Amino acid sequence: MARPPSRRPGINRKAQYSLFASYVVAVTGAAIGLLLVVVAIFDPTGFSAIRIGTAEIGRPVSMALKGMVSGVSSVDEILAAYWRAGTQNVALRRQVEADRNRIIEAKGVAQENLRLKKLLKLVDADASQVLTARLIASSASSARRFARLNAGRWQGVRPGMPVRAPEGLIGRIHIVTPNSSDVLLLTDTANIVPVRRANDNIPAISTGLGDGSVEIRALTAGRNPFRPGDLLVTSGIGGVYQPNIPVAVVVRAQGEIAYAVPLANPARVDAVVVERAFEQAVTRPGPAAPPVSEEGAADNAVTP
Amino acid sequence: MIDRHLNHVPRLGRHPSRFRLAGTPVFTVMLGSCLTALPVIAQSPVMPPFGLLVLLSWRLLRPDLWRTWIGLPLGLFDDMMSGQPIGSGMFLWTVALIGIDMIEHRMVWRSYRQDWLIAALAIIFCIAGGLFFARITGGGNVRFLLVAPQIVWTILLFPFVVRQCARIDRWRVMA
Repeated sequence: MARPPSRRPGINRKAQYSLFASYVVAVTGAAIGLLLVVVAIFDPTGFSAIRIGTAEIGRPVSMALKGMVSGVSSVDEILAAYWRAGTQNVALRRQVEADRNRIIEAKGVAQENLRLKKLLKLVDADASQVLTARLIASSASSARRFARLNAGRWQGVRPGMPVRAPEGLIGRIHIVTPNSSDVLLLTDTANIVPVRRANDNIPAISTGLGDGSVEIRALTAGRNPFRPGDLLVTSGIGGVYQPNIPVAVVVRAQGEIAYAVPLANPARVDAVVVERAFEQAVTRPGPAAPPVSEEGAADNAVTP
Repeated sequence: MIDRHLNHVPRLGRHPSRFRLAGTPVFTVMLGSCLTALPVIAQSPVMPPFGLLVLLSWRLLRPDLWRTWIGLPLGLFDDMMSGQPIGSGMFLWTVALIGIDMIEHRMVWRSYRQDWLIAALAIIFCIAGGLFFARITGGGNVRFLLVAPQIVWTILLFPFVVRQCARIDRWRVMA
């Protein structure tokens, strides 16, 4: 092999200085980069404004590509369904038979609930939903788990808002740019969600593992109460997530830790819903309150 | 110019534009960084860092192409696209390029296999460093095993990317 062209400038003084200057610039720049990382230790979202440009350019590209491949992503699921079509059909039919009774029961309970709420004059105005959007890209090459959402500050998205799909919890908003935002997925190692077991309220903490599963630690003393198959929902503690959003299913219990798989797969869901943080949704002044008092005042004025 | 209709035919005595000569490598590295805009919602770090791969390929193919500071702007752009904390790519890429320079001072005569080894070391350094930065900037307890598969197939992908860069390089220098 031929000798590669040398970067040593020889005795040319100008070239020597130029090479030296380039190293000075490189080392200084690397030090600045390190400094930016150190700043990010204390303020992880501090320099997010720098991302606005690339986020705005990347958004239409990702959206166009997403439109093209949204059908392709579920091909493996369809193939897997064909593989066990016969046995699955029988099992599903039995499942439907079993579920029919429960649905009828649930309808009765819902009716009764409605009646009781009317009796109590409870107004169930659920105005927590901000908007519906799509996940268009993700940090596929990084160790962190972010997904890019196709809506941003101009659409009303703010940092900290919970994001969910019909199947379950997706994560919460991390960084917001004008037209897109980064969602910290449930499986990110920094995403901690207070959960409870759906059937008996055992509180626990869910932490992402970064590989598509989450780790569940019970907050109760004693041995690990979780068994494979347990369903976990958000508990509403902490004020970020609404209570009773489905989160994950336990697949394995080992020592004090249980491992669970999220119910909503961000790669599969078609659209996600951005909600207000639970605390804000609860403490916001109800829309009905001021008009009622005015009416009451008017009534008082008229009646005498 | 003999025939105006034959503008795009490579011929002797003509030089490609400066923009093509200097811009093509930078553009390809940025394109590699932009691959995270693909509509893949990954559940684990599966995608190789293509920006880094292309950068290393160009650096090892054409040692005289860039000064080491090129890692700063390209690393910053990669940080903006990849979701790593800003500054992580700037630092890691520049340090990797300086390291390659130092190796080059000692190992002037080397072949493709040594280049692959150097690239492998740089890839391990950059991915492991990125993991470390993700961990200290509020990433929680990220395990090293999480990125091990990514490191393996990034290293295995290097020869392919070098080939493609060489192909682009042939087009780049041909007028």
